[in-house]
Amino acid sequence: MSEVREIDYTGSERLTMNMGPQHPSAHGVFRAILTLEGEKIVAVDAVIGYLHRCHEKLAETLAYVQYPSIASKTDYVAAMASELAYVMAAEKIGQFEVPKRAQYLRVAVNELQRVASHLLWLGTWCLDMGGALGGGTSVFLYCIREREQILDLFESLVGARLLYGFHQVGGVRYDIPTGWVEQCRTTMDLIEQRLGEYESMLHDNAFFEMRTRGIGVISSQLAQDVGVCGPLLRASGVKYDLRRNAPYSSYEDFEFAVPVETEGDCHARYRVRMVEFRESIRIVRQVLDGLPEGPISSRPGVKSLAQVKVPKGEAYARVEGPRGEVGCYLVADGTNKPYRMKWRGASFSNLAVLPHIIPGVTVADVVAIMGSVDPVFGEVDR
Amino acid sequence: MTSDRARALLSQITGLTVADGGPAVTVHVPTEQLASVAAFVKETIGCAFFAFSTAIDHKADGLETVAYVENLDDNITVVLRAKLGAGNICCPSLVPVYRGANWMERETYDMFGVQFEGHPDLRRILLSDDWDGHPLLKSYAVDTPYPPYR
Amino acid sequence: MTGTSAMSPLLVALISGGVVLGALTGLLAYVTLLERKFAARMQSRVGPYRVGPHGLLQPIADGVKLLLKEHLVPDAADKGVFNLAPVIFFIPCMLIFASMPFAPGLGVADLNIGVLFFLAVSSMEIVGLFMAGWGSNNKYALISAMRAVNQIISYDLPFVMAALVPVMLAGSMKLSDIATAQQGLWFIAYPVIGQLAFIAFIVAGVAAENRTPFDILEAESELIAGFRVEYSGMKFAFIQLGEYAHVIGTSFLGAALFLGAWAGPGPSWLGPLWFTIKALLVFVLFTWVRWSFLRIKVDQILSISWKLLLPLTLLLLLATAVVIVIRSGAGV
Repeated sequence: MSEVREIDYTGSERLTMNMGPQHPSAHGVFRAILTLEGEKIVAVDAVIGYLHRCHEKLAETLAYVQYPSIASKTDYVAAMASELAYVMAAEKIGQFEVPKRAQYLRVAVNELQRVASHLLWLGTWCLDMGGALGGGTSVFLYCIREREQILDLFESLVGARLLYGFHQVGGVRYDIPTGWVEQCRTTMDLIEQRLGEYESMLHDNAFFEMRTRGIGVISSQLAQDVGVCGPLLRASGVKYDLRRNAPYSSYEDFEFAVPVETEGDCHARYRVRMVEFRESIRIVRQVLDGLPEGPISSRPGVKSLAQVKVPKGEAYARVEGPRGEVGCYLVADGTNKPYRMKWRGASFSNLAVLPHIIPGVTVADVVAIMGSVDPVFGEVDR
Repeated sequence: MTSDRARALLSQITGLTVADGGPAVTVHVPTEQLASVAAFVKETIGCAFFAFSTAIDHKADGLETVAYVENLDDNITVVLRAKLGAGNICCPSLVPVYRGANWMERETYDMFGVQFEGHPDLRRILLSDDWDGHPLLKSYAVDTPYPPYR
Repeated sequence: MTGTSAMSPLLVALISGGVVLGALTGLLAYVTLLERKFAARMQSRVGPYRVGPHGLLQPIADGVKLLLKEHLVPDAADKGVFNLAPVIFFIPCMLIFASMPFAPGLGVADLNIGVLFFLAVSSMEIVGLFMAGWGSNNKYALISAMRAVNQIISYDLPFVMAALVPVMLAGSMKLSDIATAQQGLWFIAYPVIGQLAFIAFIVAGVAAENRTPFDILEAESELIAGFRVEYSGMKFAFIQLGEYAHVIGTSFLGAALFLGAWAGPGPSWLGPLWFTIKALLVFVLFTWVRWSFLRIKVDQILSISWKLLLPLTLLLLLATAVVIVIRSGAGV
């Protein structure tokens, strides 16, 4: 039991409550063993691993051409980012070149993925705070409606809606079909307009403010110490975005703002993500405007398992996924399979902050904080 | 602070080997110095951000632990690598320096069986408590003979 | 009512009670459909559509399903309390309709303290609710029951205060008198006081019925479903029906107190229809609030009640008294 805070008054009985792994706001399979005094939480033990599939062992047994489609199953809500991290690690060791068009396509799908993932975050977070029988469901269903449009775009691009296998070492697998650009533009316009509707529903809503302001504050020092990343880190006052600080895949070609808030509470995370929505849409538009002609991959399409051989070496490639730094640490031994792969899931580090901020809040705040952290358990448990 | 300055500072410490080249500053640290070097990296070089830590199984050469820490303001990445040596599974914990090492080291213990000395709460994290063996070791068979997933 | 003299008063009460109960159960079933359809439209969905034309038979299908479901009793539950709780919960929720006149002379018992009876009986549901939470022997249910006691006690006070404004304006606690007093001007149209009292009534009503944003005792994303988490089958249906009965009862009360009860155009036999339509309008208002807002926390709910709503309704009551005195003084 970590972080037990002794509260100095007598006459209160402690209650141990098991929240999860089967719980409506467990966001998958999270289990928090809460110690309660009344409604106040005095200690929490976070239990994870219910979705563990040992991706890292699996990666040692699968070839470089096979694993990208498995990598999408780590963070299944943002599969594009996970795939990209893996192929970038392999490209980094092997010094494989990626054509400009492929880089732009990677940016486009990753930003679309960010919009889709943030839509799911907003919906499920409101569902956590508003309940399946309340206003939260309304926001959730609106968000899902918009997310469907992006999944439709992915479907016409890849043929799959959730787990794509779009990236391959050296480029991407599929070029955009005819009419996709127009469809994409229409969708972006629609979503941008709908974002305004969500904001008018939430932004000055007194109930929303009461649930989120000052709740689950992560200081910038704690955030860095634990390795919290992405929107959470930026909401804690650290201006750090891999797309800006360590550009990959031609992100330096695009103009976008990196939102930073200093409060570090749930509302700050909400504001950061709401800006990110719009910035992602802006990047997608820039990609569509400036998409260069040319090949989509420097290597031929996948024909055999031994097709990609990566020389001996190691590399750590990271991308700014919707939830933060998705990193792939790859040790290659010269064969067609990695010797060792370490997956740094953004949600794993983000979730690790919970034992530090949950003691002292109430039961109702736990779900608000959980939702604002936006963990995906495929990535936490890997 | 720049990467070059960090390299220079780190190479002044006796016992460390600083690898040359590459955007990240890679330091090979003897295990007994790991905690003090980590504290130095955090305080002096300003690497407050704990990205991740893990281990690599070099078969006959034993385990090696790897930790990535970063200075987000100046874009410096320092990689702390410590070879535990063949047959050795003990390593000092980084939790007193970086709180984020808590779950990462629990995972490393879970997967490799590395005993982190000074870790406040070294339990399995991803696998169940009654699991046999440490699956990411190269000696661990893929078609596991161990319960409960025989 | 000619011919009733031959029948005993008990028989009359039984028959009229049976008629009201039967009509009410039908109404309740379809009110759930109304809520689901309304919510669906709000959320750009269609709602129940498969059972019968436009899903019109859905409530019946739901009822049959719940009747056929297995009754699960948790091993560690306090079985007597657990089994009794839905009934204790359900009875006061239905009983509130006893004092409701649906038209002049049409009702079970038009008590001369009708409003008081309504308010007293409707807060009885908390007994069943707490029994359900306690008897389930489930931590979520227990926390929910604790919250329920907190919340319902806190919100019954402002609810009563808001309901007292029309009572004072009409000068009677008898619901039919209040309805008659609104023949000229509905109390919601009474300058300033009427609208403020109606708003306070709706806010306190939403809280007293445990609907979002005040549904902390159900709170399925925190407490799963709170006090009813262990219930299944018909026992669950009883709790659900009881809740809807309470909401509809409050809607009828709102329509009676503020919207002129059965007053409406057309012949007088249309009165009950007008009354029902007005009650459903109030219900839709409750539903609209429910599906628009996020839930707030228990401490915030309590502070809203004690620090904001109660003082305001007390002031409103005082203002009403002043207005009445001034107007009667002007008349005298």
